[in-house]
Amino acid sequence: MAVVFQGIGATAALTSATSVDSKKLYILSRRLVSETKSTFMVVRSDGRLNSGSNRRAQKLITNAVATKADSSPATKPGHELLLFEALREGLEEEMERDARVCVMGEDVGHYGGSYKVTKDLANKYGDLRVLDTPIAENSFTGMAIGAAMTGLRPIVEGMNMGFLLLAFNQISNNCGMLHYTSGGQFTIPVVIRGPGGVGRQLGAEHSQRLESYFQSIPGIQMVACSTPYNAKGLMKAAIRSENPVILFEHVLLYNLKERIPDEEYILNLEEAEMVRPGEHITILTYSRMRYHVMQAAKTLVNKGYDPEVIDIRSLKPFDLHTIGNSVKKTHRVLIVEECMRTGGIGASLTAAINEYFHDYLDAPVVCLSSQDVPTPYAGTLEEWTVVQPTQIVTAVEQLCR
Amino acid sequence: MSSAFSTISTIQPLHRTIDNPSISPLLGSTSTHKLCSFHVCNRTASASSVRRRFSVVADSDVVKQQKTKSGSSLSSLLITKEEGLELYEDMVLGRSFEDMCAQMYYRGKMFGFVHLYNGQEAVSTGFIKLLTKEDCVVSTYRDHVHALSKGVPARQVMSELFGKTTGCCRGQGGSMHMFSKEYNVLGGFAFIGEGIPVSTGAAFTSKYRREVLKKANADQVTLAFFGDGTCNNGQFFECLNMAALWKLPIVFVVENNLWAIGMSHLRATSDPEIWKKGPAFGMPGVHIDGMDVLKVRKVAKEAVERARRGEGPTLIECETYRFRGHSLADPDELRDPAEKAHYATRDPITALKKYMIENKLVNEAELKAIDKKIDEAVEDAVEFADASPYPVRTQLLENVFADPKGFGIGPDGRYRCEDPKFTEGTAHV
Repeated sequence: MAVVFQGIGATAALTSATSVDSKKLYILSRRLVSETKSTFMVVRSDGRLNSGSNRRAQKLITNAVATKADSSPATKPGHELLLFEALREGLEEEMERDARVCVMGEDVGHYGGSYKVTKDLANKYGDLRVLDTPIAENSFTGMAIGAAMTGLRPIVEGMNMGFLLLAFNQISNNCGMLHYTSGGQFTIPVVIRGPGGVGRQLGAEHSQRLESYFQSIPGIQMVACSTPYNAKGLMKAAIRSENPVILFEHVLLYNLKERIPDEEYILNLEEAEMVRPGEHITILTYSRMRYHVMQAAKTLVNKGYDPEVIDIRSLKPFDLHTIGNSVKKTHRVLIVEECMRTGGIGASLTAAINEYFHDYLDAPVVCLSSQDVPTPYAGTLEEWTVVQPTQIVTAVEQLCR
Repeated sequence: MSSAFSTISTIQPLHRTIDNPSISPLLGSTSTHKLCSFHVCNRTASASSVRRRFSVVADSDVVKQQKTKSGSSLSSLLITKEEGLELYEDMVLGRSFEDMCAQMYYRGKMFGFVHLYNGQEAVSTGFIKLLTKEDCVVSTYRDHVHALSKGVPARQVMSELFGKTTGCCRGQGGSMHMFSKEYNVLGGFAFIGEGIPVSTGAAFTSKYRREVLKKANADQVTLAFFGDGTCNNGQFFECLNMAALWKLPIVFVVENNLWAIGMSHLRATSDPEIWKKGPAFGMPGVHIDGMDVLKVRKVAKEAVERARRGEGPTLIECETYRFRGHSLADPDELRDPAEKAHYATRDPITALKKYMIENKLVNEAELKAIDKKIDEAVEDAVEFADASPYPVRTQLLENVFADPKGFGIGPDGRYRCEDPKFTEGTAHV
């Protein structure tokens, strides 16, 4: 319940803060729709129009989350769904489009997925395309890699991301490295996805954040989805990518509801998402912490602050352009993440910002991460291991002094 | 006659213990520590397999009866002269190539870990020469000869070992990572066991092509080669289960050379008879003499055809031996010299040579011509590798991602890979 509330809170914050921008984008998108023949909408994340000559726009389309389909009456109303349904929609569209796309994982077939992301797909596509595997993560991940090398495009579902620790051998040695070690002969277009993050009293082993462990593996890309809109877009982009992509979902975000466009869209795997433009401070976040940040943002706005919130989405590589532009504008950075303090995504991001944008900083980069603690079962203790909105408000106040 | 796999027979203990009791103290023994493997095998052989659906023949029945006394037990299978010459040439290529590798290593032309295949040629030749170009082979770090048998030119393999850009993996893989998309060699893996899931995946693709993509002639078979040490690894068992469960077109080939570096198979394995592990997962388990290329070829043919027909996987344990150490860095002091001498008398190349000459398939001159041809080919490979260029700086980042957009967007808003100076820089993102 708390999560849904946060989702609503986020939406409210969004529409109030970006009403101006959405109007501007509406005008742009109207012009574009009439000019282009394709059914895709082409809008840059900072609101600028993408010209056709930009190579980046040719295949994959960027879209700012600030555009809400229902805020611009010229576009279709779209349809409302939950995040796991958005993932399923994206997955189904890609399976329909390309017969080589298949899913492998525990209970993905007849059971429909432990979080219902693959519900009914086995009925539609058969037991071989939506493969129920035995409980052997290392081997079925390796099997997916072998299948990818020989021409298929498998999606591996870890029932919980933590289980993929058992597949670390295959993910590190084979998934990340084989394209390079084979001299570029074999591509490995796998998508490895699953729910991770701290849930509701799931205990230490089911509450792991593997993004910090995987981030050093060369040759893979990592993305984290946070809304139904970007979940579907990132899922589709990950499946179409020739690189191995790890898509991090969050256990508590599966029931978020949002209205997404009816038209087909893909998001860019390497780009970050501008959630709320602002002037005073840049807050970088991803996955569930986005909602804690947006909740804190409401309080901050009431106190007179104007935070710029960016959902970095691409955990590896970082979108240094969006992040850099923001730092150059606000000169203050706060990173809010759910990863552990030690060696987490925030640690890498801090290093990258210090390396590239040191001259633009008026204050040291502050990183709020989870405590280096195995997530306890007790609710009160669990609450204290992750970053809460009050801590974010305090940190912003201190940084902006 | 019906397939060797279809007869239900009582479990045969390992040949090397029953038929050659004089050598039983030697197996898997070091010069100081002698195990009597005979008792071990007897104890474990009591488990009945009558309940299991698949037979557990220790060797193909036809072949078993025709062992000669000299110890080089070749069957009187009929192979044509052309086949015989092909097999001979492939084994000699493997042997000469590996010997040349050793020379080049000690001359400082290649570095790192190099694992040579001397003595095991019968397994590679016996199996891989039955495959088509579209069939897949997955191996371990002892992969030079598997790549050569599959058809990868010796020049490319030698260049790869020298670390030159003309190598089959552009010099980026090395001895332990031989890959070839053209000849469907899917590696080359440094960690044991991690290639087995990959081979299972390749077999899965073959089945997927036939059943989902409806390509009627998709019947590619995958061979997974690995050693005795790997058979205690979890990935082995997990893949046996999955392959049998989905009836994947794969053959699991165990090259049991008794030693995992310095660990004797008998000291590491509770039940050393690996072929018995097949029926536990619902597939036939076969034990063959891996020093005899004709025996290997006969059993391999059945297993490959079985897989191609869609009847599922087979586990084949090949009794074989490596004449050299585990790698070129291994002083090989642990193995009993008497054991080495015993297997030296069963050299697969001399055995095939003897068979072909005795059965008047070829004469000495023809074999010598092949020897000479192979020597020249190997020399040519070395010259080619020597003359090839080393990789340049710009090659460093080229193959990290299939889609180089994966390096991300730089501070200037452009993709890093679009920056012309990117390849001179670093890869951290």
